[in-house]
Amino acid sequence: MNAGDQIAIDVKGLTKSFGGREVVHDLSMQVKRGSIYGFLGPNGSGKTTTIRILCGLLTPDSGEGTCLGYDILRDADKIKRQVGYMTQRFSLYQDLSVRENLEFVARLYGLADARGAARDMIKRLGLSGREAQLAGELSGGWKQRLALGACTLPSPKLLLLDEPTAGVDPKARRDFWNEIHALAAEGLTVLVSTHYMDEAERCHEIAYIAYGHLLTHGTVEEVIAGSKLTTYTVTGENLNGLTAALSGEPGIDMVAPFGTSLHVSGRDVAALEASIAPWRDNSGLHWQKAAPSLEDVFIELMGRSRDNFQG
Amino acid sequence: MSAVDQLASAHEIRERFGFWKRSYAMLIKEFIQLKRDRVSFAMIVMLPVMQLLLFGFAINTTPHNLPSAVLLQEDSDLARSVLKALENTAYFHFIYEVHDVDQFDNLLKSGKVLFGVEIPRGFERAVRRGDKPALLVAADATDPVAASAALGSLGMIVQTALAHDLYIGNPPDMPFEIRAHARYNPAANSSLNIVPGLVGTILTMTMLIFTALSVTREVERGTMEALLSMPIKPVEVMFGKIIPYVLVGFVQAFLIIGIGVVLFGVPVLGNLFLLALLSTLFITTNLSIGYTISTVVQNQLQAMQMSMMFFLPSILLSGFMFPFAGMPTWAQYVGECLPLTHYLRIVRAIMLKGATMQNLQFEALALTALMALAMVIAVTRFRRTLD
Repeated sequence: MNAGDQIAIDVKGLTKSFGGREVVHDLSMQVKRGSIYGFLGPNGSGKTTTIRILCGLLTPDSGEGTCLGYDILRDADKIKRQVGYMTQRFSLYQDLSVRENLEFVARLYGLADARGAARDMIKRLGLSGREAQLAGELSGGWKQRLALGACTLPSPKLLLLDEPTAGVDPKARRDFWNEIHALAAEGLTVLVSTHYMDEAERCHEIAYIAYGHLLTHGTVEEVIAGSKLTTYTVTGENLNGLTAALSGEPGIDMVAPFGTSLHVSGRDVAALEASIAPWRDNSGLHWQKAAPSLEDVFIELMGRSRDNFQG
Repeated sequence: MSAVDQLASAHEIRERFGFWKRSYAMLIKEFIQLKRDRVSFAMIVMLPVMQLLLFGFAINTTPHNLPSAVLLQEDSDLARSVLKALENTAYFHFIYEVHDVDQFDNLLKSGKVLFGVEIPRGFERAVRRGDKPALLVAADATDPVAASAALGSLGMIVQTALAHDLYIGNPPDMPFEIRAHARYNPAANSSLNIVPGLVGTILTMTMLIFTALSVTREVERGTMEALLSMPIKPVEVMFGKIIPYVLVGFVQAFLIIGIGVVLFGVPVLGNLFLLALLSTLFITTNLSIGYTISTVVQNQLQAMQMSMMFFLPSILLSGFMFPFAGMPTWAQYVGECLPLTHYLRIVRAIMLKGATMQNLQFEALALTALMALAMVIAVTRFRRTLD
């Protein structure tokens, strides 16, 4: 087995513009086979566009690469056969029943026993008893399970999931992620975009993308370490006043409230220490140096990239 | 807290003329949206203009230059003179000259001519002897409007024309008798003409709209994204969307013809199987055109509008509403490009004249060509990506 077989997605320099606005800029990434790759970034950062390029729904303006060993520019048809794509918006037929939707997908991919495949998937999804219900009448959590079922039905090698858990309750989210881990354990590669930090931490690797630029990638630990961020957690009285006083001070890149505490972070340790020094002795405040959370890192990255790319 | 109060006081809400202000805001918004929707905007202008032009110029209820054939059983000067007189009326335009009855009948049956004039053997001699021979004028009266105007004026026109002819001097009355045959529809019963026409018209409208909405509906409901990410080809999508409606159209055609036969007493003289076969061809042609529309437009509203844009000339220029032969040449050319034109000829010929496949080869071929053209455009236009 050579290196190429170990890599499911390998793209370089992807660029895509819509109406003169660059949505994806010079994006390169590699995803290992059998891994769960988290794709994070604010709304409109180019996550969906990148996923669509990977499965052949969009043609990049420039760039190249392979998906499951097939050229993303020339072999879109072959890629489509082996990729399950779960769209951000529910895109099964609302006026078809659960079973009819699954049978439609099964037939489209040419499964020999479409009825049987649909029946088995209904069982696996725990949708028994609901197979005659119209897809449009299902609750959000069930719709999402059904959509995942539909795109895993033709046994793909790669799953592209675009914000699959948006608007789904925590219990359903947990079940969903257990399912994804089970699929990855079976050898499936999963690329999943999300806004949720807890979901990011369940991925083997993550990438952070903002304004079309891939800002950082690696394991969660690597991303946190790579941020070189120093974070202090402050608890106490009048944190609103402190927020106002610290924002914009030298060395302080981010001040963000987390429940009853405040996270103060910066990349320049010396400048940060100097700026917070006048407040350290305040008896009403309790300061504690802490490891930055993934969220600290991302919010700081987002703030920095906004300055860089939005003038 | 004070900051919020300050903001509120700086933007005091004035209730006066609120209704008009909101209405105006809405109106401006609608205008902007309309301006951006180019197709809708074009339709607002195009539809009335097109109607005006069509009704004003193309529709001529007094037909002229009706395609006619002459069955010449005698090549005499008088026969020529009568023909010339007929042609001078501008009602008739002789495009065929035949010498045997079968050919003559076939021309009428296939709809190539609307009128046939038969000049019998020994015509001139009989006239000179004062025998008042019969001049047979056979008219295709499946379209009574086209036939009756020409038939009605026939006698007088010929008499006037021949009065100036010096061959027979100046006879006090008609030297020969004109015997007019309104073929296929002797009573000029217009429901005989309209029912078969309605089959075509209704099929055009419904078939067009079914498929015209199909692709845009997928795009608007978001299902297109999933569909495109799956391994399916444009041609497959097209056939998958067209074929179910062929059945729908077939049921519709069956219903209309059934009602026509039962309620209006319209006959089906020809082969029912042939009618079913060619109707299926026509239905598929319309579905293909509807599908082509759906691959061109961006939303369902545009699809509806473009369908209407196709439907309107179909009604006006196909010979459904007005006699085809009465239209100016350019309008006839447009009409030839519409499937309804060909289907109307087919359905009228089979039901009212008992025509066979042999008579209808050209129309069947034209429908097939239009269908193939629409399908090729649809498949090439179908966007396989979301770009």
